[in-house]
Amino acid sequence: MVTITFVDSTGQSRSVAGEEGSTVMEVAIKNGVPGIDAECGGACACATCHVYVADEWVERLPKAEPMEEDMLDFAHDVRPSSRLSCQIRLRADIDGLVVTTPAKQG
Amino acid sequence: MTDIIKTDAVIVGAGPVGLFAVFELGLLDIRAHVIDILPRAGGQCTELYPEKPIYDIPGFPLVTGQGLVDNLLEQIEPFHPTFHFNCMVESLEQLGTPEAPLFRVQTDAGDVFEAKTVIIAAGGGSFQPKKPPITGIDSYEGTSVFYAVRKMESFKGKRVLIIGGGDSALDWTLNLQPIAERVTLMHRRDAFRAAPHSVNAMRELVAANKMDFVLGQATSLEGENGVLKAAVVRGEDGKTFELPCDVMMPFFGLTMKLGPIAQWGLNLHEQLIPVDTEKFETNVPGIFAIGDINTYPGKLKLILSGFHEGALAAQKVHRYVYPDKKLLFQYTTSSTSLQKKLGVA
Repeated sequence: MVTITFVDSTGQSRSVAGEEGSTVMEVAIKNGVPGIDAECGGACACATCHVYVADEWVERLPKAEPMEEDMLDFAHDVRPSSRLSCQIRLRADIDGLVVTTPAKQG
Repeated sequence: MTDIIKTDAVIVGAGPVGLFAVFELGLLDIRAHVIDILPRAGGQCTELYPEKPIYDIPGFPLVTGQGLVDNLLEQIEPFHPTFHFNCMVESLEQLGTPEAPLFRVQTDAGDVFEAKTVIIAAGGGSFQPKKPPITGIDSYEGTSVFYAVRKMESFKGKRVLIIGGGDSALDWTLNLQPIAERVTLMHRRDAFRAAPHSVNAMRELVAANKMDFVLGQATSLEGENGVLKAAVVRGEDGKTFELPCDVMMPFFGLTMKLGPIAQWGLNLHEQLIPVDTEKFETNVPGIFAIGDINTYPGKLKLILSGFHEGALAAQKVHRYVYPDKKLLFQYTTSSTSLQKKLGVA
C-alpha cells in the first residue's frame, strides 16, 4: 500500500492508503477526501481533480504528458506544482506523497 | 404565444443513446422530438472526444466519436426526427394519469411540447460552460462577463479580455478582433490546444500590434454594479497586475450539470435516475431514463448498454402511445413492414 497525504485549502490534512497502480484521484474518491470532484471519472477530460504537489515531490513524479498539460488549461489558479491527480499513479517510490487540494475545483 | 408541439415522445439528449432511441421508437411508428443544449447531435462523443477511437461498439472494431454519431444520424434518417438544439428542457409538468401519461415539456427557448412519453437520455447532464471560481464573478455575469457570444456587435468599442488556449478562445479572439476596440488574449502558457492556423493568425495580429497576448491567470475582478473595470492578473513571474477591460470572456471548457431534471419529481440516487430493468422506466409512469443518466443494479456506463435500454424502453412507450395495438416482435432482416419504414422495401 502507498500512503498519500491530502491537505485541504484550510490546512487540514488526512492520510489515506491505496494500492499500487491506482491513481491519486481514485484513492481520494474511494476514501471520500473532499476537494477532488473528478467529474469525468479519470478520462483526463475535465480538470476537476486538480491538486498542488508539495514542493519536495514535484521533481520526483513522472512529468505530465501533453494531454494533462492541455487539460490543466481548464483548471483555475494553475501553478508550477499543479497536476491532475487522475494522472498520478501510485508506486512504491511515491509513498508519502503530499498534495494540496484547491479551495474550489472550478 | 408559441404553438404547442404534440408528439408521442420527447427525447432529452441527442447523444448516441438518444439518437438510437429514435431508431427503436421509429420501428414501432413512434415519432420523436429530440432536445439538446448543444448546437449539434452527438453529446459527449462529439463534444469531448470526436477524434478519439472507440473500440467497444459491437460490429465496429474502431470508430471515432464523430464517426459513430454520423452513422447513427444516417441510420435514423428514415424516421425524420425533429431536433431542437441550443435549448434545455426547463420544466416538465404531468397532465395525464399513470395509465395514460401526458407531459407538458417546456424549453428555455420557449418551445412547448405535449408528449405522451419522455425519454431522458441526458448522459452526464447538460453541458454548461465552466465558470472560473473567481470571487464575485457572478455579479458580472451577463453584463461584463460572458461565456458565449450571442451578438458580436455588442462588443463594439469594448476592451475585451478573452481567457483560454483552446479553439473557443482563439476563434472568438479572431472573430472579435475586428469589432472590439481592443482584444487581449490571456493564457497561462505560451502553448495552445487550438488549431495551429488560428494560433498563427493570432500571433500575426499581435506582431502587427492589432491585439495583445498576455501570459497569466485572472485572480480577481475590479469594478462595481456589474460593470467590469479590470481583471487582476497573476503573471508568469508570479507578480500581479491590473489588466483594464470592459468585457471578460473565460473559455475553460464545459462541465456537465444535471440541471432542471432534479426538479421533475423523479427519484434520484447520487445524481442518477433509478429505473427498472424491464422497461427502463422511472418512478413516474411515462418517463424513461436510458444511457449514462440511469442507474440499476449492475449498471455499466457503456454506449452499448444505452442502446439496449432504448430498445426495451421503446416497447413500453408503444403501450402508452398505442394502448389498443398489439405489438408484434419483428426482425429488420425479414419483416417487410419494418423494411418499408426504413425505406428499403
